[in-house]
Amino acid sequence: MIPGKFEYHIPTTVDEVVALLGEYGDEAKILAGGHSLLPMMKLRFAEPAHLIDISRIGEIKGIHEQGGTVRIGAMTTENELIASELLQQKCPLIPAVARLIADPQVRNRGTIGGDIAHGDPGNDHPAAMMALDATFVLRGPNGEREVPANGFFLGTYWTDLQQGEIMTEIRVPPFTSGTGYGFNKLKRKTGDFATAASTVVLKLNGNTCADIRITLTNVGPTAFRADEAENILRGQVISEALIEQAAQQVMAVCEPAKDLRGDEEYKTHMAAEMTRRSIRDALARAKG
Amino acid sequence: MATTAEDLAREDKLQGLGCSRKRKEDPRFIQGKGTYVDDVKLPGMLFADMVRSPYAHARIKSINKDKALALPGVHAVLTAADLKPLNLHWMPTLAGDVQAVLADEKVHLQYQEVAVVIADDRYIAADAVELVEVEYEPLPVLVDPHKALDDDAPILREDIKDKDNAGQGPRKHPNHIFSWEVGEQEATSRAFDEAEVVVKEEIYYPRVHPSPLETCGCVASFDKVKGSLMVYITSQAPHIVRTVVSMLSGLPESKVRIISPDIGGGFGNKVGIYPGYVTAIVASIVLGRPVKWVEDRMEHLSTTAWARDYYMTGELAADKNGRIKGLRVNVLADHGAFNSHAQPTKWPAGFFSICTGSYDIPVAYVKVDGVYTNKAPGGVAYRCSFRVTEAVYVIERMMDVLAQKLGIDRMELRMRNFVKPEQFPYHTALGWELDSGDYHTALTKVLKAVDYEGLIKEQAEKRSKGELMGIGVTTFTEVVGAGPSRNCDILGVGMFDSAEIRVHPTGSVIARMGTISQGQGHQTTYAQIIASELGIPSDEIQIEEGDTDTAPYGLGTYGSRSTPVGGAATAMAARKIHDKARKIAAHLLEASENDLEWDIDRFKVKGVPGAEKTMKEIAWAAYNRPPEGLEPGLEAVNYYDPPNFTYPFGAYLCVVDIDKYTGEVKVRRFYALDDCGTRINPMIIEGQIHGGLNEGFAVAMGQELPFDAEGNILGNTFMDYFIPTTMETPHWETDYTVTPSPHHPLGAKGVAESPHVGSIPCFTSAVVNAFAHKGVTHMNMPHTSFRVWQKIHELSLDKRE
Repeated sequence: MIPGKFEYHIPTTVDEVVALLGEYGDEAKILAGGHSLLPMMKLRFAEPAHLIDISRIGEIKGIHEQGGTVRIGAMTTENELIASELLQQKCPLIPAVARLIADPQVRNRGTIGGDIAHGDPGNDHPAAMMALDATFVLRGPNGEREVPANGFFLGTYWTDLQQGEIMTEIRVPPFTSGTGYGFNKLKRKTGDFATAASTVVLKLNGNTCADIRITLTNVGPTAFRADEAENILRGQVISEALIEQAAQQVMAVCEPAKDLRGDEEYKTHMAAEMTRRSIRDALARAKG
Repeated sequence: MATTAEDLAREDKLQGLGCSRKRKEDPRFIQGKGTYVDDVKLPGMLFADMVRSPYAHARIKSINKDKALALPGVHAVLTAADLKPLNLHWMPTLAGDVQAVLADEKVHLQYQEVAVVIADDRYIAADAVELVEVEYEPLPVLVDPHKALDDDAPILREDIKDKDNAGQGPRKHPNHIFSWEVGEQEATSRAFDEAEVVVKEEIYYPRVHPSPLETCGCVASFDKVKGSLMVYITSQAPHIVRTVVSMLSGLPESKVRIISPDIGGGFGNKVGIYPGYVTAIVASIVLGRPVKWVEDRMEHLSTTAWARDYYMTGELAADKNGRIKGLRVNVLADHGAFNSHAQPTKWPAGFFSICTGSYDIPVAYVKVDGVYTNKAPGGVAYRCSFRVTEAVYVIERMMDVLAQKLGIDRMELRMRNFVKPEQFPYHTALGWELDSGDYHTALTKVLKAVDYEGLIKEQAEKRSKGELMGIGVTTFTEVVGAGPSRNCDILGVGMFDSAEIRVHPTGSVIARMGTISQGQGHQTTYAQIIASELGIPSDEIQIEEGDTDTAPYGLGTYGSRSTPVGGAATAMAARKIHDKARKIAAHLLEASENDLEWDIDRFKVKGVPGAEKTMKEIAWAAYNRPPEGLEPGLEAVNYYDPPNFTYPFGAYLCVVDIDKYTGEVKVRRFYALDDCGTRINPMIIEGQIHGGLNEGFAVAMGQELPFDAEGNILGNTFMDYFIPTTMETPHWETDYTVTPSPHHPLGAKGVAESPHVGSIPCFTSAVVNAFAHKGVTHMNMPHTSFRVWQKIHELSLDKRE
């Protein structure tokens, strides 16, 4: 549990980070909260020659509302998400997700940007971001670009973040009235990744489901959206029978990997069960 | 006999037996001021790190250490070839086998120690480990112990393949270690042939790891000038370590000093000797500098002593009324690659034969076969006396199975078979003499406290609604306090223990014991024993353990032996002082010894008010003007060889609710009644019971060390290995009865392991009971959501209408 040698950089601006990334290329890794990268380095699964610590860059921290979107700096910690009154009002799903990540110590260090950019299918924010229809702000040698969360996650530890780029901000549309969310995560114990988790955001128009997004965590190579399950519910008055149909549809698209949390069959069933619960929770919240 | 308010105040001031005195250890631990092995820093200290095998079974073709040695800061790279001339490439185990210190020609388990690197710092050592080039030729791997004795099984231990005895009797296959039989095989067979009812169950007790928070480590420091060796080590048995180190190194035992500093938990894991210790000692002797070796968590979980891994077949014979006629248990024991089972020498399966439990069973037979596999060597007693947890598990499971077969309530079946209070001392069919007990009272008290009838009714209602609720029970008897030296020894040293007490002229005390606390609170409780015996306040009594240069020889702390053996030695040493004090008091008071009576903290002349001498006055006199013919000073040593073991017992009840769609088991209620005889410090007892229940919960609900088909260990990090936090841990309700041990000087029996031993089958009992109405008789641990859901799914209980 001793990492190999590396050079440590601690820039104070994003521009410096981009310059360092340009200089060291694939020999460099960005250190955010460190709770994924450092264990991999201690096991020597990752041996970056250059570690760029971005904890002193003020411009990518904090939460505010601007231009009709909630903007979250990539280096905002999980505990800051939990404590944010703005998020509680405008997008309560994010603190709800953060509250079930790891344990208090990890949440003190772990950041939303690190959780997203790492591309780990077990991380919780990617599915939440897809369910919220968030966009990510990435900065690189050619300036800034905005990319939607849906489409960002390409494979395990593989995202649309290009070499030389850093994620600086997450932009989320605030909830409008009639919106409800559900987040259910089955885990073996505090601190564990999800055996399976399901996130649901839906909007009611009267009793009818005007829109819905269902996303899943740790039951495939990336977090993913269950489009066909959504289609079963969109435009309908949601009933237990329809929830069951949607849950069955979720089971059809899960591709979990077997591990000590359970085999493929168990995880697939749990993805469905978490989805049933999240739809019910979202519905109840949307009805207020 | 305290009668007046003044007497009571005097007695309270002592904080003696029965007082919930706050732990004296806590201030330093909660302020981060403990001193653990990794806190020890000596001038010029070097660091060791291990090159470990990625394979579970392979031949070592070559080891090239040139690149590692070329790295600046590296002092040495040692392999088996380097240890061979010293004859230290193998070392003896506690079980009569040998274990490779560094792999000699072959590796037998994944992560086995192949070479050790010694460097200026921990980082250079880790870098150098990567530079040691080892070429392996993989061999067929033996993972499943059921296949160990097959004709075509790969032979693991080529070093002893032609030996017909691996230290514990005849063996029948190169992968066979021992067969151990107890009881009457024929008479037991007859009981089964003639029985009205017979039940049988296959029960697996998985491989688990004690997993103390502090991993293992040592700092070895050899002084070339003095020719003496000092070793700081995380050991539960420092004196035995000194003897072993002396035997292995050839250094006189008087030139070896072993210090167990503060220990961050042991739970049986820190009884044995590990390759890291031996290599650090050798490196220090060779290099003449202190060498520190501290393993990391993965090394700890992968290679150090684990527990259990017993495949048990339990059988009970009974009549229609549920009276048991016989017990038979066959066990296949997976001991891993070397038999480094920790146990008294004559007990290859530990005290497994305590498996007749709390019940009056006329005849029994037990057979245990130990085999080698390509896994870490062991196993140890994880918070229990040797193999008692397995024994209690099998009998408690079988009691449930029999009750279910007969349709008799599980509590009622136990009541019908308990050893009755008037039968004590009770001789079990397998040779134990249970010292004292009152099992009926204990269980009755629990059933009343939890409203058992109400729970049964609630369960019936829940079942009719398709909900899963389980009620678990255990009524266990432990055997602890090893042990009488006529049948218990470690490497030939009898399992007595010791105390040395010195009363200073001003009446304060320093006392040292052969045991060693790892969280049990000895500094607190031993002082209480002396306080009550000598009438000196606990706060003026200093307790020290763990330094072999100062403490009297003892066998250490494991198997709940500190109170039964060390506590007894403490009381007996104090009584020697008490006897001498009486002589001095008689002299000072110019009275006959027979005219004196002891009153809390002083001797009084009977019937003469005011004629009295406190222990403090007596202590001064002992150094100032002792009676003629009496040695000055006031101190005593006692080596206590217990006449018998002690047999704590308890009755536990557990209620669980199971989520039938996820398999999650929620422990709604857990009621633990323990009887550990005389209670020295009720607060520490309750703390020990909470800790033991937590660990029992961990074992039952999540802990396991699984392997894949190639012998790769899975789950060797805390991501997978279950250590419950406050979030997972249920609420515990505790209760007690007091049935003193008739042979212990204080009547105390020991307690810390009862909750572990007793709770584990109770959790299983509850989980299985949730499915009992569907005909389920047993489910193997751990009862994870995944495994419980598999049962639910198999029974289609998760079907939606």
